[in-house]
Amino acid sequence: MSSNYQQLKTNAIEKWDNLLSSKPWVRVGGGVSGQAAGAEDIFDEIKKSDLIDQLDFNVSLVGSLGLMYLEPIVDITTPDGLRIFYSNVSSKSILQIIEKHLNSDTPIFDKSAFAYTGDSPAVKNINLPEFYSLDIMKLQKRLVTKNFGNIDPSDIDQYIANGGYEALDKAVNLNTPEEIVNQVKNSGLRGRGGAAFPTGVKWSFLAPAQSDSKYVLCNCEEGDPGAFNDKGILESDPNTLIEGLIINGYATNSTKGYVFIRHGHEHPINATKSAISQAYERGLLGKNILGSEFSFDMEVAFTGDSYVAGEETALMEAIEGKRSTPRFKPPFPAASGLWKKPTNINNVKTLSYVPSIITNGSDWFKNVGTESTSGTALVCLSGHINRPGLYEVEMGMTINDVIYKIGGGGLNNQKIKVLQAGGPLNGLLGKPAFETRIDFDEMTKAGASIGSGGIIVGNDKTDVVDLLRNLIAFNQFESCGKCFPCRLGNTHMLEILDRMCEKKAEPKDLKLIEKIGNSMKVGSLCGHGQLGYNPISSAMRYFKEDIDDCLDGNYELSGPYKDGKMLRPTRTRPD
Amino acid sequence: MFVNIVSYGLHYLKFLKKNKSKTTNNMSIRELIKEAISSQEQSTVTVLSSLLAIEDKLHYIPKEAIEETAEVCNVSINDVWSVASFYTNFRFTPPGEKILDICWGPSCHLLGSQAVMHSAIENLELKEEGESKDKKFTLRYNTCLGACAQGPCIAINHKVIGFQNPKKIKKIINELRGK
Repeated sequence: MSSNYQQLKTNAIEKWDNLLSSKPWVRVGGGVSGQAAGAEDIFDEIKKSDLIDQLDFNVSLVGSLGLMYLEPIVDITTPDGLRIFYSNVSSKSILQIIEKHLNSDTPIFDKSAFAYTGDSPAVKNINLPEFYSLDIMKLQKRLVTKNFGNIDPSDIDQYIANGGYEALDKAVNLNTPEEIVNQVKNSGLRGRGGAAFPTGVKWSFLAPAQSDSKYVLCNCEEGDPGAFNDKGILESDPNTLIEGLIINGYATNSTKGYVFIRHGHEHPINATKSAISQAYERGLLGKNILGSEFSFDMEVAFTGDSYVAGEETALMEAIEGKRSTPRFKPPFPAASGLWKKPTNINNVKTLSYVPSIITNGSDWFKNVGTESTSGTALVCLSGHINRPGLYEVEMGMTINDVIYKIGGGGLNNQKIKVLQAGGPLNGLLGKPAFETRIDFDEMTKAGASIGSGGIIVGNDKTDVVDLLRNLIAFNQFESCGKCFPCRLGNTHMLEILDRMCEKKAEPKDLKLIEKIGNSMKVGSLCGHGQLGYNPISSAMRYFKEDIDDCLDGNYELSGPYKDGKMLRPTRTRPD
Repeated sequence: MFVNIVSYGLHYLKFLKKNKSKTTNNMSIRELIKEAISSQEQSTVTVLSSLLAIEDKLHYIPKEAIEETAEVCNVSINDVWSVASFYTNFRFTPPGEKILDICWGPSCHLLGSQAVMHSAIENLELKEEGESKDKKFTLRYNTCLGACAQGPCIAINHKVIGFQNPKKIKKIINELRGK
């Protein structure tokens, strides 16, 4: 441990211990899902009340625990070490909850309390389950999400006190770049952005490249509807990613890193920006990081609203300030990328595993997950599901276990008919596929991908064709327009799906849609066109009957439609 | 003839006044734009980053912004237009006072966002996304607001609110209109 890091850590731990032991600490689970559930109103309500002075406690807006069905979640930690979680709190009830909890010698828990952690004499009398032995926590394996909801993302010291930046110190002061690349290679870490390329191999392409400036980029475009794990990492624990990106920079001898986020997502943007500036203040970024020879800069880059900007070469175009359309490959980014310099691009999740791999060793990581895919998967459950949220599970868990054991099954005990996994460019899954294990190769065989990690659940009343139309409408709207098979193909496919929903389809439409889909596959530069037919082809596999029903022109679409027409944006903006 | 000269003179004065106010308006808009471009925090300043900074400040991209960006970034006006017209978040006329985003992504779709959208356009007296007649609202359909677990979601001036239904959104619109 270098003396620079030693000092940072000592200070951080002192601050952390003081925070926990001096006063009660109220943590409000925020993030964008917390905001949607009303957490920020609750935080404001606490901030402006007189209770803070009366009862003398600290209050922080932390990230989301991931248990979004219980949000807004507020938890209170008292100096005796006891931490009580309250669920579905409202801005009306919060002050009363805090007052009852803190304003007497023996705390009185509100009925919304659902779990506790910590060891305190009071624990014996608590009639609540232990937080980490709740099924929903026990079934998870939290590597990347371990700090979620526990630390304040706007305070880098809380991250350092919990073991943060130890891996960076170890890397830059004890290891050569080659050793780091080898460790990542041996760990079996594969890219979490969708393509599942081995991360260490990717790094080894960039490391030997000679240039005065080399870039490492982190992709947090995450335009996939139904996925919120990348943004979740940035808003709940941005330092994990920043540490991973600095290590990536060190291992590949790069000079600068960019974190690439879609403009307008204020939570992840603000958290990342403040984490970067705090890292500069503490000598974790900039010249001679932690007393070593290594210097590295980092900043946040933005894109406007464009889904294709998440493609690696389109992303570089966007950072250069142009239209985010994909480039022709080769040359590959490791040879000529951002501003024609050697470049590496990694997903947020991929980089967030790196610090724990360096700290615990590659063998440790290799033992988590399955043989072909080490590590964990971050899944976002939404739609008709009992417990929507962001969960981290070990690779190899079956989809059934994820949706029934963790997700709690269909909303209000409805039967589950369809899953949409991995974003709108990936497939729909029917019942036979629910036995699939979550693993890159097996998911691909089943016709989907874990890629973005989103799993959208549809109940037995879900109209598959209507869902398909929604997905294709998204793909059509977001096509960048560079390759005509994608631009026109998506438009034609959408027209056919519109016909199906408007009682105008004919049996020959099925052949036509297949022909279009296959042309898109071979004729497009990037995944947007190549994979654009996936939703339909997988629906043909699992829901053939539903599609056939629509082809005779008598199909009655359920839902609030007028003549089967769907409200959706068009490429022509209102002006 | 004298009358003619006087009336012409008066017209000319009016014309000057009108155009003066227009130029000062233009000046102030240009100054705002220049300020937005020059006060960007990050070191990498590009066409896109400048346009985003302008949008943050003015909530739309006026013609002057295209010109200023072209000058600062040393590219042609066409280059700037190509970027500005590509990203769907840019707009070229001022939006309404409140920007109402409704998510139509698949999660929210399954949970009933179409009904929410129908209720919104009905209550705003619109046929599709756009500005309401009283210019108080701009309605946009958004592909994903990132809070899928709390769907159907809407956002008012980028603040996300979850668990919507046709009645709730009607209430929200009426409350905002009342203020």
